[in-house]
Amino acid sequence: MIEKTYKVISETGIHARPATVLVQTAGKFESEITLEYKGKKVNLKSIMGVMSLGIGKDAEIKITVEGSDEENAIKSLEEVMQKEGLAE
Amino acid sequence: MSHIIKGIPASSGIAIAKAYLLVDPDLSFAKKSVENTDAEVERLESAIEHVKEQVTTIKEHVEKSLGPDKAAIFDAHLMILQDPEFLTPVKEKIARDRVNAEHALKETAEEFITIFESMDNQYMRERASDIRDVSKRILASLLDVELPNPGLVSEEVILVAYDLTPSDTAQLNKQYVKGFVTDIGGRTSHSAIMARSMEIPAIVGAKCATHDIENGDLVVLDGLSGEVHINPTEEVLNKYRELQAEYKKQQQEWAKLVNEPSITQDGHRVELVANIGNPDDVEGALKYGAEGVGLFRTEFLYMDRDELPDEEVQFEAYKTVLEKMGDKPVIIRTLDIGGDKKLPYLTLPEEMNPFLGVRAIRLCLERPDLFRTQLRALLRASVYGNLKIMFPMIATLDEFREAKQLFLEEKEKLIQEGIPVSESIELGIMVEIPSTAVLADHFAKEVDFFSIGTNDLIQYTMAADRMNERVSYLYQPYHPAILRLIKNVIDASHREGKWTGMCGEMAGDETAIPILLGLGLDEFSMSASSILRARSLIRNLSKKEMEELAEKALTLSSAEEVVSLVKEFRKE
Repeated sequence: MIEKTYKVISETGIHARPATVLVQTAGKFESEITLEYKGKKVNLKSIMGVMSLGIGKDAEIKITVEGSDEENAIKSLEEVMQKEGLAE
Repeated sequence: MSHIIKGIPASSGIAIAKAYLLVDPDLSFAKKSVENTDAEVERLESAIEHVKEQVTTIKEHVEKSLGPDKAAIFDAHLMILQDPEFLTPVKEKIARDRVNAEHALKETAEEFITIFESMDNQYMRERASDIRDVSKRILASLLDVELPNPGLVSEEVILVAYDLTPSDTAQLNKQYVKGFVTDIGGRTSHSAIMARSMEIPAIVGAKCATHDIENGDLVVLDGLSGEVHINPTEEVLNKYRELQAEYKKQQQEWAKLVNEPSITQDGHRVELVANIGNPDDVEGALKYGAEGVGLFRTEFLYMDRDELPDEEVQFEAYKTVLEKMGDKPVIIRTLDIGGDKKLPYLTLPEEMNPFLGVRAIRLCLERPDLFRTQLRALLRASVYGNLKIMFPMIATLDEFREAKQLFLEEKEKLIQEGIPVSESIELGIMVEIPSTAVLADHFAKEVDFFSIGTNDLIQYTMAADRMNERVSYLYQPYHPAILRLIKNVIDASHREGKWTGMCGEMAGDETAIPILLGLGLDEFSMSASSILRARSLIRNLSKKEMEELAEKALTLSSAEEVVSLVKEFRKE
């Protein structure tokens, strides 16, 4: 299991297009991927789950990945976050 | 049986085609208990698969005909269709409560819609409508009912709808949609403006259209009179086929005027320019002989997206328009939102009277960050053509001075950064508030030009909400009070050696043009498709005679009198 914490740097937080790209990326992997914010956990493969968290700028988020392709999954997710200027 | 209904003509021309109803079918169902819940879950899954295929087809279709931007909404729908957080609860509900899939779906969807609708971010609130759309599709598939899919139309049709929203019109394929008729709306509602920019005949506010017209009915739209003929007799049909041919012929006649000047019999020249909503409209404007752009609404850059457009996006759009127009003048209006125009990602406080609230320049001065970005983009684009900038909804001299100050500051910054900007950008204002029209003499000393926005000027002068049908009788462009305000503005500008244009609906109106010409209006900005007709009219008028006509009009006491005055004159 891999667990990592990030800080959201995007002005508009995580919603709309960036959220869509993130969810699409998560969906490509077998692993179970969750996103945690303010103690609330959602499936990162669910657009409605992710958007319902209402993550804004400067939020601390935690991503947990567990499964056979967890290494690749976290790597891809980090790439997406970087490319979209979402979090660091 | 053939019969006629009447509405408000919103876009001229004649269309003859089969009706395509954009109305939701009956999706009611009863809550049932089920024995075999596994089979019920399977039924749900196969409905979802079916909808996925459907949405994918629509998406591909829209992508091909209208581009990937317009198709993006369907990506969002596909994601919901694959969303475990949405679908798992539905399946669980079927198994746990032993209920039919329809009921489980509806209840779950409603829970999510409630959550999203209660969020304080407007973007999220709008996602509720995505969930609503998707569950409607699944429900229809479960019930084996067909939903209308305007994106999939592949034969010539006339759309019939209660109203057309911007997302509906975005999906329309001009190749097949020959016209439309709606139950509600007026000449300045979104659907009407859209029809004119698509150059298809349209009738709005026909009240019972969706009730009286059935799918597949043969319909004749008369975009000149506002008549909708449903299943017309052979005789009527032939008459309209002839009229359609005549209309085409007349348009060909007008087309000969594309490169001719807009000049009166006695040699007075005016400018006929186009209102545009986005860079793609430039082609149409040039095709119809526009001598420039009199109003480039920049709102499109801000709408249909989920965050503010940055400087680069705006710069590219402005540059494109300026380059395509060459050395012809292009007047770009700075952001005009608020009122009936909202942005999903910019939450503004609710207002009792949005049309009298923080809109247009008021918002821009309250949020200089937004405004400065737009000004910088405009300044950078200014070297690519003949740019003029105008500020909307100016009510006081101070507002203009403040806006100009921000403009000058951004200009100075760019010069310091070594970025080239044009030195000859004219700065003007929209005259749409009566206080500004009355005080035009003072404004004329400071601005470079005026552009009269009649839609709002009429609304504010007559104190009649133009979205409210019950007071639509007060929307009177020919009212002598309006004409006197217009005269005051034009005279004030001329005394200072400046000029006045008009960019509301009135500028392209055949009854108004003779009077406006007589009042000395210098520039007429209208839908591109109206330009040639206006040019043909102006070339047949004499400025001197129109001056006399206008003078008479100013002494009258009602709009009706003005209309009959013009009618009588034109008969002669």
